Amino acid sequence: MGGMFRRLCDLLAAGWLMWGPQAGLPCRPALIVGRRELAAYFATPVAYVFIVIFLVLAGALTFTLGGFFARGQADLMPFFSFVPWLFLFLVPALTMRLWAEERRHGTIELLLTLPLPQWQAVAGKFLAAWAFCGIALGLTFPLWITVNVLGNPDNGVILTGYVGCLLVAGAYLAVGAAVSAATKNQVIAFVLAVAICFVFAAAGSPVITEFLSNRMPALAEAARGLSVADRFGGFTRGVITLRDLVYFGSFIGFWLFVNAVVLDLKKAD
Amino acid sequence: MAALIEIEKLTKRFGSFTAVDEVSFSVDRGEVLGFLGPNGAGKSTTMRMLAGFMPPTAGTARICGADVADNPVEAKRSLGFLPEGAPTYPEMSVSGFLAFTASIRGFRGSEKADRVALAMAQTQLEGVRLQPIETLSKGFKRRVGLAQALLHDPPVLVLDEPTDGLDPNQKHEVRELIRRMAPTKAIVISTHILEEVDAVCTRAIIIARGKVIVDAPPRALEVEGRSLEQVFRSLTLGTPKEAA
Repeated sequence: MGGMFRRLCDLLAAGWLMWGPQAGLPCRPALIVGRRELAAYFATPVAYVFIVIFLVLAGALTFTLGGFFARGQADLMPFFSFVPWLFLFLVPALTMRLWAEERRHGTIELLLTLPLPQWQAVAGKFLAAWAFCGIALGLTFPLWITVNVLGNPDNGVILTGYVGCLLVAGAYLAVGAAVSAATKNQVIAFVLAVAICFVFAAAGSPVITEFLSNRMPALAEAARGLSVADRFGGFTRGVITLRDLVYFGSFIGFWLFVNAVVLDLKKAD
Repeated sequence: MAALIEIEKLTKRFGSFTAVDEVSFSVDRGEVLGFLGPNGAGKSTTMRMLAGFMPPTAGTARICGADVADNPVEAKRSLGFLPEGAPTYPEMSVSGFLAFTASIRGFRGSEKADRVALAMAQTQLEGVRLQPIETLSKGFKRRVGLAQALLHDPPVLVLDEPTDGLDPNQKHEVRELIRRMAPTKAIVISTHILEEVDAVCTRAIIIARGKVIVDAPPRALEVEGRSLEQVFRSLTLGTPKEAA
């Protein structure tokens, strides 16, 4: 049964690679790498474990700690408030194997001696992981249906909330991917990525900002400005500002750049 | 016309250890260069630098005139590379994997399908085309790696132990394949099997402790009634301290 399903996935992946839509884009190699990578997620149990755990935890937290029914409001605020914290642990679990796996199989030598610029390999792997997070997020649609059945939510706010979740996932993924390029050891990659993501997640929390504003007021403002959670807050209220988009864009861009540089230095180790 | 592969004073140091020490050679179209040496002599490191995977500490490597450090994508387009251990993505099917490398190399549609089919035919992989690579035997995996390197009919082939793990029949097939391709390409193969050098190579380089010791046709090494093995042993065991 498992074998059959796997065979089917392989067939689909092969077909996708053979006949997939292929525009003459300059980033085409990145898309090809990304497609292969995404298919690889679903060829192993990684994808299913990740998605099931994410859905179970997101649902459980929303309905228990989040007080979904007790609040008496038709919105997804409880859900959105937990997603960044779930991603904090789940996304590094996804990224820790990103480059480590290529090293273990030796395929990094194959991938990086194919005629594609190195940044395209980095971007492709990132895009695959991001698309995968998008799929996991998309599968929370029963929550969205539920609030629409129970009341009249502002679906615009829900949409921006989802966009915010995706951007948070992208930010954590970029950090995790860069860390994964730096170390062969998956445990180290996981722990370091969680730690770095936590710094950016918690930078705007009251505990940190109060501590900083008492001692170093200038730093408190900077910490708030760098906080992923603070930026995400706007999205959950239905506000998308250019500043926030620039923040996430440059955050992801910066860490992907770090990834490419680290990869170049450490690929042959 | 310049040689297809030009290596000049290529050097790689890891800390204080010099793995490859000012290696220079060039390979013309029609030549099959056998790259010989004990384990740890610097064969794979040299090939990795030539393929643009490992940046050299000093020196240059050019493929079809393109410097692998300054112009990597251009150089890699003319190169078919079988890395050490023939790495492949284990969860992919044979045809899926070959289609992936063909896509990256810019082939599309029916041309891509043709290229994949031809590469599988050349390496006798049609029977396992839909099998996940991880379920294949060592010999098949090696041939998948080889098919990937041949797929785009590159002018330069760099093959790190192409016949390792193959049975005698498969070895024979791969050697025949290399011989057939030889006239139109510049080929470098590394090997531990000395008879292979006699069988397919037009030239042999013996490398030990990172240095080129001999660069000559295999026939020239066998003068005075000595076998290639005797020559190899006397040259590479020249000093009592063996390289790591």
